Amino acid sequence: MQATSTIEKTPPPPETSSRTWRKAVHDLVEGAKQRELWAHLGWQDIKQRYRRSVIGPLWITISMGVMVTGLGILYGSLFGTELSKKLPHLAVGFIIWEFIRNCITEGTEVFIKNEGLMKQLPAPLSVHIYRLVWRQTLFFVHNLVIYFLLLIIFALAGEPIPVSWTAIVAIPALLLIMINGIWVTTLFGVIATRFRDIPPVIQSLMTMALFMSPITWGLFEFENKNDEQAAFRSAFLDLNPLSHYIAIFRDPLIGFPQHLYHWYWVLGCTVVGYGLAAIVLRNYRARVPYWV
Amino acid sequence: MVSIDVWNAAVDFPIFDAKSRSLKKAVLGKAGGKIGTDQKVPIIEALHDIDLHLEHGDRLALVGHNGAGKSTLLRLLAGIYEPTRGSARVIGKVAPVFDLGVGMDPEISGYENIVIRGLFLGMTRKEMEKRMDEIAEFTELGDYLDMPLRTYSTGMRVRLAIGVVTSIDPEILVLDEGIGAVDADFLEKVRDRLKDLVKRSGILIFASHSDEFLMELCNTGLWMDKGSIRQHGPLREVLTAYKGKDPFENLSPATLAKVDPAGATIGSEESS
Repeated sequence: MQATSTIEKTPPPPETSSRTWRKAVHDLVEGAKQRELWAHLGWQDIKQRYRRSVIGPLWITISMGVMVTGLGILYGSLFGTELSKKLPHLAVGFIIWEFIRNCITEGTEVFIKNEGLMKQLPAPLSVHIYRLVWRQTLFFVHNLVIYFLLLIIFALAGEPIPVSWTAIVAIPALLLIMINGIWVTTLFGVIATRFRDIPPVIQSLMTMALFMSPITWGLFEFENKNDEQAAFRSAFLDLNPLSHYIAIFRDPLIGFPQHLYHWYWVLGCTVVGYGLAAIVLRNYRARVPYWV
Repeated sequence: MVSIDVWNAAVDFPIFDAKSRSLKKAVLGKAGGKIGTDQKVPIIEALHDIDLHLEHGDRLALVGHNGAGKSTLLRLLAGIYEPTRGSARVIGKVAPVFDLGVGMDPEISGYENIVIRGLFLGMTRKEMEKRMDEIAEFTELGDYLDMPLRTYSTGMRVRLAIGVVTSIDPEILVLDEGIGAVDADFLEKVRDRLKDLVKRSGILIFASHSDEFLMELCNTGLWMDKGSIRQHGPLREVLTAYKGKDPFENLSPATLAKVDPAGATIGSEESS
């Protein structure tokens, strides 16, 4: 065994840039391969939050259930909508909203929060992204229990939620929303790591977006009022991309008429979003460890 | 085949929150890298002009003052930082041990932390569970492994971190100073284990201020100064130049027996 250090030096490779598409894609693929790691971390995050609590992650379901019941009754009476229509609409809307909102707001801090890990262990950036989206998916599944409870409760009460086999569309819709979670987290995560003003800005925007989106209210509540502003209202709503994400998941589950144009909007946003995320990842992937 | 190649690499840190710096601050101190001031965002040139080639069997000791760039270099070699200029290529599975408080979750048990660190180092959960007994035995933590990590002392955390990286047969082992927090008995075990590990596999890069430790584990030395390589060669030469005196002179016979005085060849076979 001979200890050589500088004697036989291999010639330097052609100057490789860290800003290549190949490396950006490589990061995403390598991260995806470490499924066991991020899946474990994502689940750990949830267990962690409810450590030492007696009913643990069940609190996720309970707190969401309490909130949608309260808000459902309140807004139902404000708008004069019957509860069997209001409550499923609001509950499913809130459940998917929570997923979207958390992907965006927590996405802005995905690298900032993981500074320690990033500087300690070499891993693709995307590991942290997948971990976050997976964690939100687990939260989402806990919350989705409420939907099934509502199905049972309203069926027992004799006012069943009018679901048909088309409810199955909610599954590809959910998958599409999860896939969107990845670019959202990547894009906001990288930008917010560099510009630390982004997280608070996004947070206040999301609070506003909650009220601007059809969650606590729905267009169906205005339809029969023959309002001349209705057209304006729905046009305004169309410009809010979040309303389409909510619609593709919620409408099939509560037996609302489904519109294909919601899907066009979401697919369009997905393509544009991935484009932006790819550019950011290509150009700034290697910089993120320097910025955190 | 494991190897690390670094060509003319530099690592610059942008410092976004240091808006206005006074001239006095900008003047170079002894500690820390050069701070560039001509850009809008001040930049710390943590490393520059790094050329390095390491291959199988190299056991590199990293020495230098605080802020000379040792830890940054380790992170560069571990693939955590990609060089801002120049290029670096790391072939092999890297297992780093840096600041020990970070990267471990204080709220979860030692077992869980072991699994997570293992997963980060490219192992599967099953593989880690198979090694659990061995790690438990090596770290001597016993029932403590069921306790949340926040109940651990610094030394116990070090034990855990070292237990994990040395159990997984890494091809490239990167150790930062700070593993001195463990007691003498355990240090002895770590030594044996690291020696064994290095014999079996790849490359060791070790930053430490403890000459004895370095002399026992390493064969070559690298002296970092102000972000660049001041000297790279046989350990004894580098340590002599860095300390201004030959550190091998004043060793007790017992220690001398353990290390190879030449410092340039791998002596563990003959001496241990």
